[in-house]
Amino acid sequence: MSALNRKIELVCPAGNLPALRAAIDNGADAVYIGFRGDSNARNFPGLNFSPAEVLKGLEYVKKNGKRLFLAINTYPVPARWKEFVHTVDTAVDIGVDALILADIGLMRYASRTYPSLRLHLSVQGSATNRYAITFYHEQFGIRRVVLPRVLSLAQVQHLINKTTVEVEVFGYGSLCVMVEGRCALSSFVTGDSPNSAGVCSPAHAVRWVETPSGRESYLNGILINCHKTEEIAGYPTLCKGRFRVNRHVFHAIEEPTSLNVLEILPDLVKSGVTAIKVEGRQRSTAYVSLVARTLRAALDACFADPENFVPSIDWIAQLKLLSEGSCNTLGAYHRSWQ
Amino acid sequence: MKISIGPIQYYWERKKVFAFYDRLPDSAVDIVYLGETVCSKRRELQLADWLAIAKQLTAAGKEVILSTLALLEAESELASLQKIITNGIYMVEANDVAAVQLLAGRGHFVLGPHINVYNNETLMLLHEMGAKRWVIPVELGREIVTELLGNRPPGLESELFAYGRLPLAFSARCFSARAHNRPKDNCDFVCRDYPDGLTLYTQDEKPFLILNGIQVQSAVVHNLVTHLGELVKLGVDVIRIAPQAEGMTEIIAAVRDVLEGRLQPEMTTELLVPYQPYGCCDGYWYGQAGMTRIQNNQRQDSG
Repeated sequence: MSALNRKIELVCPAGNLPALRAAIDNGADAVYIGFRGDSNARNFPGLNFSPAEVLKGLEYVKKNGKRLFLAINTYPVPARWKEFVHTVDTAVDIGVDALILADIGLMRYASRTYPSLRLHLSVQGSATNRYAITFYHEQFGIRRVVLPRVLSLAQVQHLINKTTVEVEVFGYGSLCVMVEGRCALSSFVTGDSPNSAGVCSPAHAVRWVETPSGRESYLNGILINCHKTEEIAGYPTLCKGRFRVNRHVFHAIEEPTSLNVLEILPDLVKSGVTAIKVEGRQRSTAYVSLVARTLRAALDACFADPENFVPSIDWIAQLKLLSEGSCNTLGAYHRSWQ
Repeated sequence: MKISIGPIQYYWERKKVFAFYDRLPDSAVDIVYLGETVCSKRRELQLADWLAIAKQLTAAGKEVILSTLALLEAESELASLQKIITNGIYMVEANDVAAVQLLAGRGHFVLGPHINVYNNETLMLLHEMGAKRWVIPVELGREIVTELLGNRPPGLESELFAYGRLPLAFSARCFSARAHNRPKDNCDFVCRDYPDGLTLYTQDEKPFLILNGIQVQSAVVHNLVTHLGELVKLGVDVIRIAPQAEGMTEIIAAVRDVLEGRLQPEMTTELLVPYQPYGCCDGYWYGQAGMTRIQNNQRQDSG
């Protein structure tokens, strides 16, 4: 057995201060958060941080010797430009460890105004290949890229060999089926998209209808799913609905399922990723605690003895419990998913 | 105002592709975008074929742009991109930042609809790198477009997606293969059987989306033809029509006739109905849900 000597950063989400503390207390190496409002891709009512809360969170993170990243990863339109610039300035003033950005204009501003500021390219920046990563590195000096959930494990490995930029990948959480940053499905149906408003299939457009045989979910009048009485009715994210194609009614785009890399953790670790990210700033403190604790244990076990790593039944069961539809997938990491 | 024909997004048989472009020299189109933008496995036409079509269209006085893939992952895809970029004759449309990276410093290029340009600061940098024309992202509406155009870098042309099924999303997954229970690696090119894509219906039988390999489109046609006068006033330089299997000759003629004042914009609504089997929409232009049809509703409200 040979223990690995290179650590991987476990990056956990937080939508409020209790979740941030829970992430740190349960083994996160870094926490990523966003300001309240639509400057980040998890713009949910009642979620996210005021500048004062970011400062409090930063104090807690620093006290524990960890890092805090802040996502400003929607795309500002002209009327909002000044406000977004101010948001960058505020984050820099508070002193977060890195900004997670997606917009080219905003990255240019941040890199010119604050040359020593650590920039990460958000998954919303949609960089899926080495030339795209090189663009962001050469132009803005990004130090890390968060990869969209479209690459196979082999492609992730290849990419890491070809770039000097740190690579962060998603390890657990809700699965975006589309290339992030280039999906307008939500704005097509509701007017609000991840790029423009920081939301996908927003709650304000959801309507539930009780029927004699169960429940129907609608998104701005579009029937996303019909659930029988005995079925668990999941949130009507539009790409996870049941639709008819030819003669079959099925999850034509994707099942309600969560990404979970436990099974391939040693391969991912060996591939040279710098960080593994957990999705879910909109999820509860309990979710953040459990996922952080489970992945911490799994990563530590994997580092101690990568050759003999086997995910424990407990970890698998716990993560399954938190998953969408109680279902897990390797997503695009596994070629057959594609 | 110029009219462009966007790249063919579906997987058409070789013969159908050649037949499609054979009709364009006599049409009222100014600019033609050529090449595969959706799936690198589609190889009915090689680069040499596209260049042959380009030559023919150029000889007929059309401006030709070679378009490129929106989702680039494999090294083979990057190599194909490299070949297109070094073609030495035709300008290239970048649909991924990778293409921008390779095109920068090599002269002019076009920013395709799949590059995220939401503000003038982004536009300015990409213009400095060589962008000569920019296709506005489909989800941006009138208000935002007006502001972007008002402050765009001098000399940068704008192009607006004005007619066709909206390209909405790309994935690593092939949805056409999935619908036929086939893995992507063994897809048997099932998308070739659907020259206008494969329709996805809601369970209450409303046509909703179009599955086109790894791409998802709108079932309804995004139609800004009745807004053409406004687009001209705003300073949009080029309007894009997306190819579809039927009715292209009629669609192009209608758009040109409206632009030249030979046809009332409102007349096209009925004229183009046969080529919109699932109806049309213009919600994005109003800053609303893209799928909605606003103009028609407004007329009904006022009538």
